[in-house]
Amino acid sequence: MSHEVVEKNVGLLMVLILIVVSIGGLVEIVPLFFMADTTEPAPGVHKYDPLAIEGRDVYVREGCYTCHSQMIRPFRAETERYGHYSVAGEFVYDHPFQWGSKRTGPDLARVGGRYSDDWHFAHLYNPRDVVPESNMPAFTWLFDNKLDGKDTAAKMKALNVVVRATCPKCELYTEEEMKNAQKAVAGKTEAEAVVHYLQGMGTASKQW
Amino acid sequence: MSTFWSGWIIVLSGLNILACFWLISWTMKRRAGESAQGDVTGHTWDGDLQEYNNPLPRWWLYLFYGTLAFAIVYLILYPGMGNWKGILGWSSHGSQYEGEMARAKAKYDPIYQQYAKVPVAALAAKPEYEEAREMGKRLFLTYCMQCHQSDASGARGFPNLTDNDWLYGGKPEDIVKSIADGRTSIGMPAHAQLGDEKIQKLGQYVLSLSGRATDQGAAEEGKQLFMTVGCAGCHGADAKGNQALGAPNLANNIWLYGGSPKTVEKSIREGRKGIMPAHKKLLGEEKIHLLAAYVKSLSQTQ
Repeated sequence: MSHEVVEKNVGLLMVLILIVVSIGGLVEIVPLFFMADTTEPAPGVHKYDPLAIEGRDVYVREGCYTCHSQMIRPFRAETERYGHYSVAGEFVYDHPFQWGSKRTGPDLARVGGRYSDDWHFAHLYNPRDVVPESNMPAFTWLFDNKLDGKDTAAKMKALNVVVRATCPKCELYTEEEMKNAQKAVAGKTEAEAVVHYLQGMGTASKQW
Repeated sequence: MSTFWSGWIIVLSGLNILACFWLISWTMKRRAGESAQGDVTGHTWDGDLQEYNNPLPRWWLYLFYGTLAFAIVYLILYPGMGNWKGILGWSSHGSQYEGEMARAKAKYDPIYQQYAKVPVAALAAKPEYEEAREMGKRLFLTYCMQCHQSDASGARGFPNLTDNDWLYGGKPEDIVKSIADGRTSIGMPAHAQLGDEKIQKLGQYVLSLSGRATDQGAAEEGKQLFMTVGCAGCHGADAKGNQALGAPNLANNIWLYGGSPKTVEKSIREGRKGIMPAHKKLLGEEKIHLLAAYVKSLSQTQ
């Protein structure tokens, strides 16, 4: 077989390319599907409740991940500021995960319980009311937008599918929980939902 | 990692390196009918564009071999081949992180311990402990400024720490306790049931205590209400507050939530509930000791 043969047979070329580009994934990604570290929840990590799911969706919609990471690396400079470094088993319920890749603001993986609810509401409404140096935008509309909870049960159903496929020991939502989901979130503001989500972040790590 | 997946990674990675060697030698192999090195290959495009049969540039070829050699050396020194730990014994959370923490501990622990033996009051006041207060300030700017501001002057709902007015006490042990265990206010209850008129009168009374009432008559009536509807229970008959409950002193012109008539009325109508989170787990006692000294020092001059 010579270079010419490969170049002139598109089908063969495609097969060879596929083999080459899949090696990295086969070595670095596939084994993770079968390791307990990545497929089992870390101690104390539980599924999101309906309000946290909605809050998380607001977080994703507003693009919080563009400025805030959720990944504390094992460096002293990070653990002294934020707490225990992040471990894989903390993200088993995160679809999609919100690790982020850039910190304009601080990491949020351990923000749960760091500030009071009042602080979060004041800060979301106008960050400069509490931190004059802040360059975070104000998210005033979160206080006007009310959740109707129409899609919450459907979101839980979808999460069940991905969580079941990736994390055999994870908690799934029961029919009962899905039935009550709309009631749990309807009428709450988006600000309440996102603060509820933030206040749960990294709380499991406090017992490690 | 199971033996299977360890083997899977080792075999695929090893084959991949070998395949790179094979690929480079395969493409360099001379083939029958090939034109001599330095001659044109015979391919012609656009009439006169021709391709020379030149060998790979040496610098490029040696760099390629260099990357393969690097990969092999790296995979021997560092973990990468399945369960192989690497002969350097490096790991991100083990030698890297724990080592970094141990070096910092060896360097900083003696400093923290030296100050831990000195009482907070001395650290806060004596000139020779300037370094301790500087350390406390650095800690404050990392952990506390989000609520209390970088100059510790506070924000609406978050106390000013420089004014020598204390919700839960300003003694060193009170400050240490506030930082370590946090403070969850028992909460000022909502008093909407009193109705707007009574709330307005109570507001005027509270403002009159710092000489800012605009309606003296209402303030007089408000004083009666203050004693009878429950305010005095927490804030005291003299309205000077109760640090055991975290009930603010109302008889000075220092306002946690704002001192406009509207804001005072809002506090009465809707109630307030401030929370300071606990920091013992995150910071540890020695850092809290320095923080308390810094916070204490802020109101020393007054």
